Amino acid sequence: MFKLSEENIQPFRLQEALHNEKAGGYVSFEGWVRNHNLGKKVTKLEYEAYPSLAIKEAKQILEEAKQKFSILDAHCVHRVGSLDIGKIAVWIGVNSIHRGPAFLACEYIIDEFKLRVPIWKKEHYVDGDSGWVKCHHCHEKHKA
Amino acid sequence: MKNIEVEYYAILREERGCKQENTTTLSTTPRELYLELQKKYGFTLSIENVKPAINDDFVDWDYLLQVNDKVVFIPPVTGG
Repeated sequence: MFKLSEENIQPFRLQEALHNEKAGGYVSFEGWVRNHNLGKKVTKLEYEAYPSLAIKEAKQILEEAKQKFSILDAHCVHRVGSLDIGKIAVWIGVNSIHRGPAFLACEYIIDEFKLRVPIWKKEHYVDGDSGWVKCHHCHEKHKA
Repeated sequence: MKNIEVEYYAILREERGCKQENTTTLSTTPRELYLELQKKYGFTLSIENVKPAINDDFVDWDYLLQVNDKVVFIPPVTGG
């Protein structure tokens, strides 16, 4: 399941859809809006998506994760619109019989998502300026 | 001359000043069309940093444009 959402992401609600008696574990990732980037103070973010292709590509990534790893299911929700500091921009949840594949699948999904899904973020800064985030750092693992 | 629908997102939407337009062009590929529109509207992203999509699928730059295709030029993605 992949969804673009204009509403706040509520992980506990989303997690319920992954409850499964066969599952021995559940791994999730939440991407949060932080208050700084590349030395600039950020006040909020705006996310814009190309919906039809974003949904298609994200579903493809979830399907790949299910093929590559021994997991039961994988879900993802990404916000669009304006987000304040601390809000959840993206949520990924994976359940599996044993924990190992769920960790690996979760990481695979967020890494591929950042490279492939047509969604863009614009930062708004304390000084009133704003700008679309450039790709120089966002594709480096563990940085974005 | 072909009629092509172009949709813009993020920085390209702002630089073009609209989200969607219909254009009549002699360009035969998305590569030619991007360069044509870049020259016309001064897009700051070089073609190496953009990916083309036609009718909601990624395609190669050498795809042959068909009448009424919907073209989207995708800036570097920054979701997540």
